[in-house]
Amino acid sequence: MSLIKTLALSAAFAVALMGGAASAQEPTRIALVVKSLGNGFFDAANKGAEEAAKELGNTEIIYTGPTTTTAEGQIEVLNSLVSQRVDAIAVSANDPDALAPVLKRAMDRGIKVISWDSGVAPEGRIMHLNPSSNALIGETCLKLAAAALPEGKGDVAILSATATSTNQNVWIEEMKKALPNYPGINIVTTVYGDDLSDKSYREATALLQAHPEVKVIIAPTSVGIVAAAQAVADAGKTGQVFVTGLGLPSEMAGAIKAGTSKSFAIWNPIDLGYSAAMLAHDLVEGDITKVEPGQKLKAGRMGEITVGEGAEAAMSEPFTYDASNIDEFSKIF
Amino acid sequence: MTSLDTAVALAPANAATTASPRRIPDRGGSRLKSLLGSWEFLLLLLFIAIFTANSFASPYFLDVWNLSDATFNFTEKAIVALALTFVILSGEIDISVAGIIALASTAMGAVALAGQPAPVVALTGLGVGLVCGAFNGFLVTVLQLPSIVATIGTMSLFRGLAYGFLGDGAYTQYPDGFDTFGQGYVWEWLSFEFTAFLLLAVLAGIVLHATTIGRKVRAVGFNPEAARFSGIRVRRLKFWLFVATGLAAGLASVMLTSRLGSTRPSIAGGWELEIVTMVVLGGVSINGGVGSIPGVVLAAFVMGLVTFGLGLLNVPGIIMSIVTGAMLIAVIALPALVKRLSAARAKGARR
Repeated sequence: MSLIKTLALSAAFAVALMGGAASAQEPTRIALVVKSLGNGFFDAANKGAEEAAKELGNTEIIYTGPTTTTAEGQIEVLNSLVSQRVDAIAVSANDPDALAPVLKRAMDRGIKVISWDSGVAPEGRIMHLNPSSNALIGETCLKLAAAALPEGKGDVAILSATATSTNQNVWIEEMKKALPNYPGINIVTTVYGDDLSDKSYREATALLQAHPEVKVIIAPTSVGIVAAAQAVADAGKTGQVFVTGLGLPSEMAGAIKAGTSKSFAIWNPIDLGYSAAMLAHDLVEGDITKVEPGQKLKAGRMGEITVGEGAEAAMSEPFTYDASNIDEFSKIF
Repeated sequence: MTSLDTAVALAPANAATTASPRRIPDRGGSRLKSLLGSWEFLLLLLFIAIFTANSFASPYFLDVWNLSDATFNFTEKAIVALALTFVILSGEIDISVAGIIALASTAMGAVALAGQPAPVVALTGLGVGLVCGAFNGFLVTVLQLPSIVATIGTMSLFRGLAYGFLGDGAYTQYPDGFDTFGQGYVWEWLSFEFTAFLLLAVLAGIVLHATTIGRKVRAVGFNPEAARFSGIRVRRLKFWLFVATGLAAGLASVMLTSRLGSTRPSIAGGWELEIVTMVVLGGVSINGGVGSIPGVVLAAFVMGLVTFGLGLLNVPGIIMSIVTGAMLIAVIALPALVKRLSAARAKGARR
């Protein structure tokens, strides 16, 4: 029995000590709430947010989130942040709708709320930061293809997910829109690997046989790009055909090393966390509770970020990964 | 000393330390002494200790709105814990409660999507909870399956059904007024949820401690055979306890769904363990027969305060679950330890 008392007392002491250390001046406190803790992608985002805090000065980043990716867990975390009257919350949501009520309450109490990465319903946030925009993704895919082609001229093919994938279809549409900027590129065909490794591999192999003139395969899907790189290697066309598109550094490290891919793109979590913290700070600084389309916000080294329709903004074009940085990022995500 | 000790006063080890000639299991010895030594009193001390520690640790803790916000984190679980207390007291267990919450929430989402008004949606949630509880009761009392096995099955079954209906989709169209149940306030900072919990706690306390139903539940938990021979309809009683737990889970589902404003099949994931933890931390013996409603209510507060206090200090959730786990083990180990110690002491005294 006295054991419990001792436990309680020592807990009280420990807790009191921790609390005492935390209160210093009055810094701007920005909570970076992630889907779950212990995820490399989000740890990298936190690195970016800390970098932003250092740049801004007198800013404290509270990096937190539930242990499992549940909306209820995230709501508990958000509740305690509201109670602490943090200045801003930047959240990557586990559930766009379930978080809206608690975030609405946070805004009622003067806390600036933005969502990033994975958005919250519009009524639960002031703005949402997308890692990129469809137009920028399309443009980047072509830019990387041009970089892999000799003198930027030649035939390319697209290996997509399913024929009905909304994201991929929009991106391919954007690539076609951006084609006039890359006059040397000729898109020969589009095949669909359904985001399944084996089907993507078969489609890519068939593609290489049917269109020997194709020099670059663009796969705007993380499953397809890995399968295509494997298909190129197995067909013995390493060095003749290059794969590019959107992929994860950890999965693409092999392809970059083997030379089947020169470069590929995906958003950079460090930049994303950095920008989210910067934007949150902007809102606190300017006491902004509503953003208009066309409004520009400062984001430090990422330049200015322009707000678009539905209070959504796009950070930048996807980040390019190649032999120079693949080792660093393949450890992160 | 603890209520557990007094309750198992018939055990030979404790017989030596208790002097009164006729003992009623949950009401024995000197009232004050047994009160001070009781599990509930310990929990109260723990509660006060944590409360004090929290108010020193964080400047944001002692704020009536913050405390009110904090209650949302545990009231739904605590409501289910109240009902589950009876099931565990009767010597059974129900770990399908979170599955019931998910299925009831899914049903409410479907009904709401069909354009039904808020009261109908809420009644659907309660109804589904009731039916699920009755199904559990049927498996345990009619088919005579062990409750742990039966409810492990229904846990997967209920949640599986929710996944079957929803897949990776979500219901988010709830009618106007439905948000009252989970987001509304009765008076100032007193939320609808918390008020409902307090009223239900009083009701559960009265039923358990002041009616024959409560006495029967304990008797069944102590010794089902003896209870049956003394004329208690054990199976029928247990059936209704499962129904009540299902209903409580349905109510929790109404509140949680209303609070979130959306339904996904993963809703209330892992809650069954937190709810059982609450009951056990409240001093209810997992073997049945022993326990009280004030204990469970205090345990709910203790768990709520610990997570809220640690949350205010931004302690990561992983550490929080370690703390909760340690608390639970301590709670289960302590009474056993105390009992063994006092038994040893009694032995020593007799020599």
